[in-house]
Amino acid sequence: MLSKIDKQIIETSQGRGWVMEPQAKQIMAGQGFDIPNFVLTDSVEVAQAFLEKSPGPVVIKVVSEKILHKTEFDAVVTGIYDEKILEQEMNRLKNLDGCEQILVEEMVQGLEIIIGAKNDFQFGPVVVLGLGGTSVEIYKDTAIRMAPVTPGDVASMVDSLTAKKLFKGYRKKPGVNMERLTRLVVDFSTLIMDLEDKFQSIDLNPVICTRESCVIADARIMLQK
Amino acid sequence: MDLKHLFRPSSMAVIGVSTTHDSHPANVIYTKNHLRYPVKTYAVNPKGGQLNREPLYQTLADIEGDVDMAVIAVRAQFVPGVVEQCIQKGVKGAVIISGGFSESGNHALQQQVIDIAKKANFPFVGPNCLGIYAPDRVDTFFLPGERIVRPKKGNIGFVSQSGGVLVDQMVKFAGQGIGISLGVSIGNKAVIREIDMIDWFENDLETRVIVFYIEGFDRREGREFIRRAQRCSKPIVVLKAGKSPKGMAAVSSHTASLAGDYRVFSEIMKQYCVAEAGNEYELTSFCEALSCYPKGINGNVGIVSLSGGHGVLAADACYSHGINLPGISAQTVGNIREQLTPEIRDIASLTNPLDLTGSCGDSDIEASVRHLARDENIECILTLLLPYSPGISADIGAKLSQVARNEGKPMIAYVPNEDKYKIIIEGFELNNIPVASSVEGAVLMAKALKRCRPC
Repeated sequence: MLSKIDKQIIETSQGRGWVMEPQAKQIMAGQGFDIPNFVLTDSVEVAQAFLEKSPGPVVIKVVSEKILHKTEFDAVVTGIYDEKILEQEMNRLKNLDGCEQILVEEMVQGLEIIIGAKNDFQFGPVVVLGLGGTSVEIYKDTAIRMAPVTPGDVASMVDSLTAKKLFKGYRKKPGVNMERLTRLVVDFSTLIMDLEDKFQSIDLNPVICTRESCVIADARIMLQK
Repeated sequence: MDLKHLFRPSSMAVIGVSTTHDSHPANVIYTKNHLRYPVKTYAVNPKGGQLNREPLYQTLADIEGDVDMAVIAVRAQFVPGVVEQCIQKGVKGAVIISGGFSESGNHALQQQVIDIAKKANFPFVGPNCLGIYAPDRVDTFFLPGERIVRPKKGNIGFVSQSGGVLVDQMVKFAGQGIGISLGVSIGNKAVIREIDMIDWFENDLETRVIVFYIEGFDRREGREFIRRAQRCSKPIVVLKAGKSPKGMAAVSSHTASLAGDYRVFSEIMKQYCVAEAGNEYELTSFCEALSCYPKGINGNVGIVSLSGGHGVLAADACYSHGINLPGISAQTVGNIREQLTPEIRDIASLTNPLDLTGSCGDSDIEASVRHLARDENIECILTLLLPYSPGISADIGAKLSQVARNEGKPMIAYVPNEDKYKIIIEGFELNNIPVASSVEGAVLMAKALKRCRPC
């Protein structure tokens, strides 16, 4: 179910046509899905303090109404350990077109997958699951099911992927926590049924999966016109 | 909507018969039904008079008896009026052949006809269609009887958005000996649509397999199609046209670009075990297999061959269609070996695919099929029968059919489609064992069972 705040977010995003990353993640977190620890700021000091407390490196991203595909604008910097680099990159990002704030997040590592949704003309909400990341449209290794899906559907989706071995663990690389992943996809498929009248498509990409968790590292909700 | 009188009419009026053109669609429909089908057929034209020495009624109201169904073949602008007359006369349904509606941009006219019909709960097929063909009952196709090849009466219910595809597929069915229970060209599907046809065929005792040629669904209609397919107890096969991506301009998310219309369609059909045929050849094989075996398999097949080459060809085809050839148990191998005739006991190769060699006889094949069927790793048996071998008798089809039916596992046979081997082919087919005319065709039949596996 969507909370009142979620509905407000969607309403205020209507004019733009899409929900920006921090708010999209807020909606996902409201569903009980995992998102990385983050701070939303334009202050280098706040970002540096966040880095200091983080167990590992951080990622910084531009929050801008004018930037839909962040990688195309070089508006994401990953793997920052160093305070100086953080400052330098923060200052660069702040000068990008329409930059409102910077999203500073703990960087999570694992298998990058995509969980998506499309509001199909003929079938209504459908769920997409596959190998994620920025090259997702090159490999096109995805499975599609009509929402809502069952745990059995999720298992068959993973089974139908070329990359299924990566999900199960391959060459000493740990696989994915299938129980967590299954719950995430099943719950996500109910969420998109609730959003049927509102959304056009949703990308949770990448979702970073490990043996322990599935963390939504980026989210974008495209709304109906 | 009761479709009984529409699809099984006892009486029929053909409206729009020409007094001057014998080859007018309405005249072709009137003549063939009047002369060759057990349906009382009336011809209607406002001019009245006679047509081929039979009365030509000026209006529907002039017909004294009841009329179950009307074929409407008048110009588009007159269709609303004719539908109203049908409703007044108490006609129970119609086939509207006429074109000139949504397909040519006249949405308002089509909507007018829909409104009139829906208000009176009056079902109709079309407009812009060929209508219905029910073997030995009624035929509203405006194709002269001598020009088309008609399949015999059988258990396939076929629904097509395109009349041309339906006719062409019927010709192919006839060539493969596949029979149909009812073929419906639904055209613009203004009232009767695919989803209505699922419900009709589900309750139709003559139909065992439901086939659709689909170009596209309306908004959210695909979801409803799936909902009804889930409730339906019979296997459903679909052939989809319009697979190439249409200009997906300015797709702004990864998901939207990955989930093109056809991929969504195809994946959802798989999700709900609706068997999507990749092309018309697959469609024919799917229909043949599923009309014999409505229950699906997971895809584990055992192959019996009389030639090593055919075994390999079949194994290759299985590989490319995602069919699995599991190993067979040592016990199965032992049981088969024990029952083989001494001539081949030491030369037969008993790994899957089995090669019994050209020296085998009927009893060797029977023993192999029997024990393969008893192997728990095997769900379905492909028997590649080469009738050239001297040890094979003309009774092999009937004999093997009995074995397969006794063992209760599906068997699919390949026999070259030659007149000379008709007795073998019929030995299988009359015992409800599907026969393919090529090795790949046999594999496609197994694929059909896999596509229909219970979810």
